[in-house]
Amino acid sequence: MTRLPQIALLPDGKRLHLQDGPIDLIIEGRGSETELRAAYRAAATRFTGLLDELCTELSELRQAAHPMHSPLEGVVARRMHAAVAPFAGECFITPMAAVAGSVAEEILGAMLGAARLDRAYVNNGGDIALHLTKDEKFTVGLIDRPDGEGLMRTMVVGSDDPIRGIATSGRHGRSFSLGIADAATVLAKTASMADAAATVIGNAVDLPGHPAIVRVPANELQPDSDLGPRPVTREVGFLSESEIEQALEAGAQCARRLMGAGLVEGATLRLKGKTVVVGTRQRGATQRHETLLDA
Amino acid sequence: MPTDATAAVIGDKIRCDACPVMCYIKPGAAGACDRYANQDGQLVRVDPHIVLERTVEHGGKLVPFQVSGDWDGKIVCQPDIVVTAIGAGTTYPDYKPAPFIVSSEIDGVDMVTVVTEGIFSYCGVKVKIDTDRYLGPETATVRAQGEAVGHVTTSEYGSQMLSLGGVHHLTGGSKKEGRVTCDTLMDLSNCKPVELTIDGGVTVVVQAGRAPIVNGVGEERMRVGCGSATIGMFAKQWHGKVDEVVVVDDHITGVLSEHQAGKLLDFADTGIKMKGRRSTPGRYFQVADPGTGWGGTKISDPLSVLGPFDPKQARPGLTMLMVSTTGEHAAYYVLDEALRPIEKDMPPDLKFSVERIQENCEPALCTVLFMGGAGGSLRAGVTDNPVRLTRSVKDALTRVTSGGAPVYVWPGGGITFMVDVTQMPAGAFGYVPTPALVAPIEFTMRLSDYAALGGHMDYVRPLSSLRDSAEVRPMPYVPGRRA
Repeated sequence: MTRLPQIALLPDGKRLHLQDGPIDLIIEGRGSETELRAAYRAAATRFTGLLDELCTELSELRQAAHPMHSPLEGVVARRMHAAVAPFAGECFITPMAAVAGSVAEEILGAMLGAARLDRAYVNNGGDIALHLTKDEKFTVGLIDRPDGEGLMRTMVVGSDDPIRGIATSGRHGRSFSLGIADAATVLAKTASMADAAATVIGNAVDLPGHPAIVRVPANELQPDSDLGPRPVTREVGFLSESEIEQALEAGAQCARRLMGAGLVEGATLRLKGKTVVVGTRQRGATQRHETLLDA
Repeated sequence: MPTDATAAVIGDKIRCDACPVMCYIKPGAAGACDRYANQDGQLVRVDPHIVLERTVEHGGKLVPFQVSGDWDGKIVCQPDIVVTAIGAGTTYPDYKPAPFIVSSEIDGVDMVTVVTEGIFSYCGVKVKIDTDRYLGPETATVRAQGEAVGHVTTSEYGSQMLSLGGVHHLTGGSKKEGRVTCDTLMDLSNCKPVELTIDGGVTVVVQAGRAPIVNGVGEERMRVGCGSATIGMFAKQWHGKVDEVVVVDDHITGVLSEHQAGKLLDFADTGIKMKGRRSTPGRYFQVADPGTGWGGTKISDPLSVLGPFDPKQARPGLTMLMVSTTGEHAAYYVLDEALRPIEKDMPPDLKFSVERIQENCEPALCTVLFMGGAGGSLRAGVTDNPVRLTRSVKDALTRVTSGGAPVYVWPGGGITFMVDVTQMPAGAFGYVPTPALVAPIEFTMRLSDYAALGGHMDYVRPLSSLRDSAEVRPMPYVPGRRA
């Protein structure tokens, strides 16, 4: 029996929802109705079987990436590897760190190959691939909690910005974090790059050896986790103001380094109610309520 | 196409094959998708938005996930399906329409259910602990993790009530007090055990639907009645088998020979002398200080509530049964030549009567009523004119439920409701760091009534449209629940 993904328009009739196994995509495009229909059809077609394709190489995808070469063959798998390779020399990272962003990018690519759109996004659980033309722009809202009050801050991405990917990593998400950041939101040239960098920056927000931080080997929680026995953060107890700042600064240093290397365009780090923004331009000074994405 | 997923069991782990990722899932954990989880060795679906199907026949577990794939939207014509607000999310601060406004046809009337998860910073729980044991003085502070989270309130019948949470503990004290109070309320509401310490009293573990554990000892039974009531209930069964019965009770200790029930059966005076304050014949208050011993008093030797027998009426050989209001403590005595009660083996027919008392005691339970007010801004998610919703609830045009469970709406201003948390689906409550609890609340009314009260008619959607975003579960079976 063929396993088909779930394909449906959300109740607003505008956004497309694709779901298969752990992949959950929200897609919205702007363009003529014909183009939009073609784009959505292309997204659904490309999505069908994508998870199976990835899973044929799942055990390799869960191995530590080599900085230079890779045995991976699938186009998405190779994109995942390419995204994490710049970090593979200095730390443990597997291609899985970029899976969400790479899938988002792939689907967006399929849509743009089939239709002309003014603007589109593919949001894969917070890892977002963007398409922008002309004067189009995205306002990305950061919220403290989905059920909290209002927006924490907003960031506007214009078509002349080099940014086409946004990703968030942190200890509250579905995947595990080696760090303690509540959220590390990263802007980068592509969604896969943003995804990999968010993982690395989120891991860098840390206070190694701090007694209030509870860590558990990843494979005790998920036996087949790509992180193996590495300790992942489960709980963060009381931290003093200066400790919070110290942890955020460690993450910010990492983000600045990656910016210098051209791997990211900006980052926002959040820990226990405190926020640090790293970026050449000040984004988010204005609190505007335009398009709101779950960043 | 339905996914014919199965789960292979490897040790205590499950291998899920709902998708090709084929996660190994440990008990209590979820797979990479967060959709499938291992619950006690069984693969279950854990989707965020839940539609409950009242199918008691299903025997009450979370539905095996295959069911969801097959679902063809038949929900529309099934009036006994309840859309809950659990996982619906909320649009706090509520200027927007509630996340789901669903229409369905019930009994030929087009009904609207507005579901939202309310954020209740002004909420609390009322805990009823079925126990005779003394938990602590009235108005004493109740603590969790050392923080004040509520107080001991009045005791009614055989139960001690605690009042926990409320606006002062949630928002009026220190940050930690608010957080601990919020945690305590959420755990109690989600039917998890919570250890509470009462100033000047005991430590009690409370869990909705379970027996209380007082100072480490699990309570088994609720008293059959007060000491006097016990005399009244069992006097006939003691007739001819014993000369005197004392039912020891913290509140009202009963003495058979002096009690009206004994008089009617011609029990003779025995010369017994009780301590405490006599209320009416055969009924004594305050025979001993309250505690966790016999009948909710602090005594371990029941004879300590007796004075010397009056030699004018007592006689050697006179027999006496002493028993607590739950039958958990009992002893049998015979007066010696000096009219001192000497403990002897209890005759079988008296043992039988003690067992009968035990049998008539209901199992001791803790029950938790969540209490919150939906009178504020939450109403704006339902209607443009919030007060009309309040009036509509008062006029019984709108039915309020919480997680599909019936609620009691306390008369008076606002929409203050109480709900038995054991009637609600597992994990119905959440929190926000405000701190406040997030609880589901649903308003059901006729579509025409909804329009009349200024409802968000543009946002009404048919029940079938929830199909793609919601999960059908049978109502979990909870013993004692009204189906």
